[in-house]
Amino acid sequence: MGKTITDKIFDAHLRDTPSPENMVLDLDVVLCHEITTPIAIMDLVEKGMDRVYDPAKIKAVIDHVTPAKDSKTAAQGKIMRDWAKRHNIKDFFDVGANGVCHALFPEKGFIRPGYTVIMGDSHTCTHGAFGAFAAGVGTTDLEVGILKGVCTFRAPVSMKIEISGQLQQGVTAKDVILAIIKKLTVNGATDRVIEFVGPVVDSMSMAARMTLCNMAVEAGATSGLCYPDRVTAEYLWPFIKGDYTTIDAAVKDFLTWHSDPDAEYIETLQLDVSELVPMVTYGYKPDHVKDIMDLEGTPVDQIYIGSCTNGRIEDLRDAASILKGRTLAPGVRGIVTPATPAIFSQALDEGIIKIFMDAGFCVLNPTCGACLGMSSGVLADGEVCASTTNRNFNGRMGKGGMVHLMSPFSAAAAAVTGTITDPRHFLVSEEV
Amino acid sequence: MKTFGGPAVLLDRNDINTDEIIPAKYLTEITKIALKPHLLEDLLLDGKPFDNHSQAMKQAKVVIARANFGCGSSREHAVWAFEVNDINVVIAESFARIFRQNMFNCGILAMELAKSDIEAIFALSGELSIEVDMEKGIMTATSSDPGQDPLQCSFVLNPYDKNLVSAGGWLAFADANY
Ligand code: SF4
Repeated sequence: MGKTITDKIFDAHLRDTPSPENMVLDLDVVLCHEITTPIAIMDLVEKGMDRVYDPAKIKAVIDHVTPAKDSKTAAQGKIMRDWAKRHNIKDFFDVGANGVCHALFPEKGFIRPGYTVIMGDSHTCTHGAFGAFAAGVGTTDLEVGILKGVCTFRAPVSMKIEISGQLQQGVTAKDVILAIIKKLTVNGATDRVIEFVGPVVDSMSMAARMTLCNMAVEAGATSGLCYPDRVTAEYLWPFIKGDYTTIDAAVKDFLTWHSDPDAEYIETLQLDVSELVPMVTYGYKPDHVKDIMDLEGTPVDQIYIGSCTNGRIEDLRDAASILKGRTLAPGVRGIVTPATPAIFSQALDEGIIKIFMDAGFCVLNPTCGACLGMSSGVLADGEVCASTTNRNFNGRMGKGGMVHLMSPFSAAAAAVTGTITDPRHFLVSEEV
Repeated sequence: MKTFGGPAVLLDRNDINTDEIIPAKYLTEITKIALKPHLLEDLLLDGKPFDNHSQAMKQAKVVIARANFGCGSSREHAVWAFEVNDINVVIAESFARIFRQNMFNCGILAMELAKSDIEAIFALSGELSIEVDMEKGIMTATSSDPGQDPLQCSFVLNPYDKNLVSAGGWLAFADANY
C-alpha cells in the first residue's frame, strides 16, 4: 500500500511510538505568539525548566494585540521579548516588524515542504499549503515543543478533496473552502488530515492555497495540505536557491512530498467549482454557509478586511479592484489591516492603500485585532460585520455581534452598498 | 490515583466551541485562576444565554455535552477554565482534536461515549451524579430521582492517554522520556 504525504512526513520525523495509536514526532519549527506562549514560558520558568530545544528552530511574533492596548497585553509582549533575548531567539518579530503569524512566517521562508510545524494556534494548518504537516496545539504541547522539540499525534488518517473545474470571476479560494466546510460540517474532518488536490489547486497561488488550508480546522481537521510544486518552489526560491541549482531541481525534489498514487484515504470527495458562486456564512458556525445571493440586502455596520485567511496582497488587490473610485456606503465603517509589513509596503507601492483611504477605510497596522475581538474594531451588541476572517462564533468579534465570513471581493462589495452584495455585479459591469 | 466524577451539568448542544467556553478577551490573563468566573460565559443553549453562575454550575465536577465539544481555537485556557472550577471530567459523544489533547495533557479526563449512551444520559431526569471507574472503563450516572435506575456505560481510553491522566500530564512524561 502506498503512503500519503502525511505518512511520509510522520515516517521521516518519528521519534517514538508510546502506544500503537500515538506517535511522537521531531519538530522542524515551533512557532510562537504572545497569546498562548507567555503562559507556557512562565510555567517552564516556575518548574525550573526555562530552556529551549534549539533557538534557531523557534520563531516568535507579537501579533494578536499589537502595539499593546493595555497593561496586560503589554506584559504578554514583555514576557515574549525577554524570553527571546534570554534564549537568543533571533527570529523574533516585534512592533514595526511584526504581522499576523500565519502570513508572516511563510513570507520569511520558515516553512518548507516535508516539515513538521506546531504552534499554539488552531490556524497553524495554514502552513500545510507548503506541503508541511502543520498543526495547532495547546499550551502544554507548545511547552513540550519548546523544551524538547517533539509533539505527539495520533497516527494520521487522511482524506482527499479533488477540486476541478474553472472558477468564475469573483469566486475565490475563500468561497471554495466555505463550500467545502458547508459540505463537511464543522465536525466532518475531525482527527483527519485533508489533502487538497486537483487542477484548481495546482493553478492556485500560494496565497490562495494558504486561504484554503487556513480554514481546514473549521471542519475539524488536524491539518490541510497541498502538494509542493513549481508554485511552491517559486515562492520559496529566495530562501532555497542555495540548496538547489535550479527551480526544476527543487520541483523534482519536492516530489518526495507527494502522496503515492495507491495511497489509501478514509474518504475522497470530488468538487467541481465551475458553478460555484460567492459564499457567505450566516450564523454562529463556519458551516452555516449560503450562496451570497440568499443573503443579499442584509445590512452591515462594519467591513473588516485582513487576518491570516485573507490579509495578503492578493486579497487587498481583489478588494481594491472593487473599491477603486468608490466609497463606503453612508454609516458603514471600513477597516483594513494588511497582514504583514511587507504586504503593507507592497500595497503602498501599488496605490492600494490610497484606494482604501479614498474609499473611507481606516488602515491599521498588521495585527489580528478584531478577528478575535481583542482590539481594533470590536463590535457592539447587535452589530454586523462583513469580514474576510475565518470564524463567526458567537461573541468572536465582540459580545452580541454577528460576523459574516466572505471573500475580499464580497467584503468590498458590501462596503460599497452597505449590505451583503454579490461582488460579481461590480466585476461583470466593469468587463462590459 | 486521582479520582474522577461528581455532580454533573448537562449542556444540550453539539459543537460547543472554545470561544464560548472562554472568550478571547480573557486571553490576556496570565494566571489560570483569573479565568474562573468566565467559564462558559458566552455559551448559547437553544439560542439563549446559559447561566454559568447557577448553583448547579458551582457544584459541578462533570460536564456532559453532545458531539464535537471544544471545537475552534487551540486555547488551553478552555481546559484551564474547567480545571480552576474543579471540573475534572468532560463527557461528550466526540471532541475536537486539540481540545481533547489539551485535556489529557493537563491530566483531565475527556470521556467519549457512544451516541446512544449520551442520548440515554440526556433522557434521565433529576440531578445527575457521575462515578468513574478508570480501571474497568465504566462510568455510572445516578439520578437524584428515586424512580430512575443508575445508568452504566463503558468507555475506552487509549493507554497513552490513560498514562497522561495518571502521570498528571504531558510535560512530566516528555521530560522523563525525550
Ligand atoms: S488573524 Fe485571527 S484567526 Fe488568524 S491567527 Fe490572528 S486571531 Fe487567529
